[in-house]
Amino acid sequence: MQTATLTAIGDGMDPGFGVYVHWPFCAAKCPYCDFNSHVRHQPVDQPRFVSAFLKEMEEARELSGPRSVTSIFMGGGTPSLMEPATVDAILQGIARHWHVPNGIEITMEANPSSVEATRFHGYRAAGINRVSLGVQALNDRDLKFLGRLHNVEDALKAIRLAREIFPRMSFDLIYARPNQTVEEWERELKEAVSYAVDHLSLYQLTIEEGTPFYGLHKAGKLIVPDGEQSAVLYEATQDITAAIGMPAYEVSNHARPGAESRHNLTYWRYGDYAGIGPGAHGRLSVGPGKIATATERKPEEWLRLVETYGHGMVEREALDLEAQSDELLLMGLRLKEGVDLARWQSLSGRDPDPEREQFLIDNGFIERLGNSRLRCTPAGMLILDAVVADLACP
Amino acid sequence: MRPMSTTSSKTPLSHIRNFSIVAHIDHGKSTLADRLIQSTGGLAEREMSEQVLDSMDIERERGITIKAQTVRLHYKANDGETYVLNLIDTPGHVDFAYEVSRSLSACEGSLLVVDASQGVEAQTLANVYQAIDNNHELVTVLNKIDLPAAEPDRIKEQIEEVIGIDASDAVLISAKTGLGIPDVLEAIVTKLPAPKSEGGDAAPLKALLVDSWYDTYLGVMVLVRIIDGTLKKGMTIRMMGTDAKYTIERVGVLTPKMVNMDALGPGEIGFITASIKEVADTRVGDTITEDKRPTDKALPGFKPAQPVVFCGLFPVDAADFEDLRSAMGKLRLNDASFSFEMESSAALGFGFRCGFLGLLHLEIIQERLEREFDLDLIATAPSVVYKLFMTDGTERELHNPADMPDVVKIAEIHEPWIRATILTPDDYLGGILKLCQDRRGIQIELTYVGTRAMLTYDLPLNEVVFDFYDRLKSISKGYASFDYQITEHKEGNLVKMSILVNGEPVDALSMMVHRMAAEKRGREMCEKLKELIPKHMFKIPIQAAIGGNVIARETISALRKDVTAKCYGGDATRKRKLLEKQKAGKKRMRQFGKVEIPQEAFIAALKMGDE
Repeated sequence: MQTATLTAIGDGMDPGFGVYVHWPFCAAKCPYCDFNSHVRHQPVDQPRFVSAFLKEMEEARELSGPRSVTSIFMGGGTPSLMEPATVDAILQGIARHWHVPNGIEITMEANPSSVEATRFHGYRAAGINRVSLGVQALNDRDLKFLGRLHNVEDALKAIRLAREIFPRMSFDLIYARPNQTVEEWERELKEAVSYAVDHLSLYQLTIEEGTPFYGLHKAGKLIVPDGEQSAVLYEATQDITAAIGMPAYEVSNHARPGAESRHNLTYWRYGDYAGIGPGAHGRLSVGPGKIATATERKPEEWLRLVETYGHGMVEREALDLEAQSDELLLMGLRLKEGVDLARWQSLSGRDPDPEREQFLIDNGFIERLGNSRLRCTPAGMLILDAVVADLACP
Repeated sequence: MRPMSTTSSKTPLSHIRNFSIVAHIDHGKSTLADRLIQSTGGLAEREMSEQVLDSMDIERERGITIKAQTVRLHYKANDGETYVLNLIDTPGHVDFAYEVSRSLSACEGSLLVVDASQGVEAQTLANVYQAIDNNHELVTVLNKIDLPAAEPDRIKEQIEEVIGIDASDAVLISAKTGLGIPDVLEAIVTKLPAPKSEGGDAAPLKALLVDSWYDTYLGVMVLVRIIDGTLKKGMTIRMMGTDAKYTIERVGVLTPKMVNMDALGPGEIGFITASIKEVADTRVGDTITEDKRPTDKALPGFKPAQPVVFCGLFPVDAADFEDLRSAMGKLRLNDASFSFEMESSAALGFGFRCGFLGLLHLEIIQERLEREFDLDLIATAPSVVYKLFMTDGTERELHNPADMPDVVKIAEIHEPWIRATILTPDDYLGGILKLCQDRRGIQIELTYVGTRAMLTYDLPLNEVVFDFYDRLKSISKGYASFDYQITEHKEGNLVKMSILVNGEPVDALSMMVHRMAAEKRGREMCEKLKELIPKHMFKIPIQAAIGGNVIARETISALRKDVTAKCYGGDATRKRKLLEKQKAGKKRMRQFGKVEIPQEAFIAALKMGDE
């Protein structure tokens, strides 16, 4: 267990202010992934990207004003393809633009295939104190099916290294794979749990539009578990993680109490975050309002924009209160802690429809926590999207 | 303003030919009309758009004619004389048969257009018999002879055999390429008779009110055919049927551009305007005479068109109700055959019960309301008009199954029947016979014309309004043609079937069905709704019931899993937009208790297949 300064809970559920940096390159594109990632066959000019990241921070700082950062997250793509010097320069840049208190959570995503001990030490020296490894599966057949470049041996080595070098670590698994039985998954998950420290992200395989899996799925060549089977898999996941003391604190995220991802909590608590780098999104409070920002997705085009105009922002939308209330609800109900009703009411200007709320309560999908919070029950979490749509409707 | 010019010329009777074109849909009637206009110089080349006479967008898109249109052509014949040819283009579809009949009554002859490869179809027959009933001379025109599949000789034989007219001198044309068009014009002059006038141009005015429509600039325009006498600008006229008096403001003809005239004489066809407020003030078939010197005998007139199919139209958004009312009012200005009255439904709120001439008419009105007035509508099951004979001796009409009185008070229910004519290649005969039998049809006749079968069936209209035509087309791969006329009301063993969703009756889905067909229809309805209503968070029973008896049931299982696995900072925007869409979608759904029924369900549930 880590020191108290690293714990997320006990912060009064402060949404916080996070900085997200997107590294948009991967060694190979995985067939299920619809994230903003690109494969380049020439080496990427990292110093040039660093300059652009720093430049874009200036713009974000203009919008956010002076703030104290509660977490930093380097996502991708595959951020572990960055040189430690690149990471170091980015983190120093952040510290020049905002107040970065000691000990805040600084996470980096890493792929087991690109892990080397020397690089991990370099990242650690640069200030990274938490890694999130994209392990995805613990058998070679499924890793291959998922298009991963690593095998189980690589994954276990990466986990070992990460545990040695970083104060905190988490890893991801993807389940509800084609033909995956509950027994197989339970066995794999129990093994995974034995490698975990205090945090796991467990995602059901989702067929996203525009991915190779989408085409296969449409053509009937890739069959994923149906609603019933995936519900059973989900429930098994909840049971196993709860039993070993790492219950879900969000739909797909599990942690020992206090070991939740501070940065991701900011998203779900609908806090502010600055998005730096190609295809990064931000939410920044400006006066009483909130703006949503997004940058150009294509790395080279983003570079050109930043070098020409000082930022790569291509979307900047002032969210009206209704939009904010929708986002608060759809993000907040993902959390076991639920949402602050007073906050939702002040944004939406209304109470939840009493009849609909009572109906959802009577059917065991939602519950009130005192007068002030509303949350999904485990049964409600399984049909969260429908619950959100129901509550969001005036 | 539309371009307008004035000419004054009264044409002698011998130099006038008034004619219609009768044809089955798609046999090239409108293209031929365009060619005739073009080759007589009615419009400059640059003014020709395809199918000039079909002026509504819907008409052009669907390739159908809804409103009869008229055009006056000047043709210099081979004899060196110039003739005035008045063409009245008529709708081909059965729903608009009344338009055909009144157009025909204003003419002395018809061009019978038949596709030279497809031959005689059901609407060819229906329309040609109407022309013969109106004592028309016929000029047979075989169209599309440029196509490789054209078999003019075989089709001529078929025409002689089926219709019983001489087709040996049929004119062979291609309206598309223009081939044979001069022969058509010449045949109009030489083979069709000139109009007759007993009284001549000095007699008291006697004119037939052929049609009326609403023009945005000129108000109500009336199409007239002069029988006797002269109709002049400034004249005070009297409608003999309604006894209303008007002063004529404008007299003219359509070329198809409007051309003002000083007067119209016997045999001529033209328009008048006279400060008439609404189309509904004019009665098609009425006799127009001069107020101070009236004719002593009115023309026989027409039977008014009666709506035969009714359905409810409701705005998706209740706030659009007033807009819907005003849009319907505007459409009715131009289409007196469409009727509406306010209706309220427990399920759908306020809307209108509307009467139509048939299913196509219904579809067209609905489409025009949605398109021209930007309204989102929910249509309920089409219903026919039932006659209820009550135990207390009274009689009433039922337009809406939801208004069905308590069955113990009803002695008999009578439903309308039709006589249908179906022509089909004999490969599909078996399937069509089965369809007709399944729909309670009674076979009247089955004859063969070459390899085509001609079927005559008596069918209850209620079995036809749903999807009969769709089914017929799909069984025959589009080759069968169909036409019908309403014959009589007959007693039927009919019951009201209610649909209950989650235990609550949905009035907009209730329908009248034959007792013997109720179980099957109820089952199909429940199955269809099961497909159309999305899964909810709870189980939803769907039941079909007659009175208190459930005759069919299905269950929609509860939603088991519906949650996005990954949702981080970069996903919020996309998820919000999705949620906004869902919210908008919910607005378009109708809430029944706790169940949301998408509006498509109301229409799609009625299009039930027999497969």
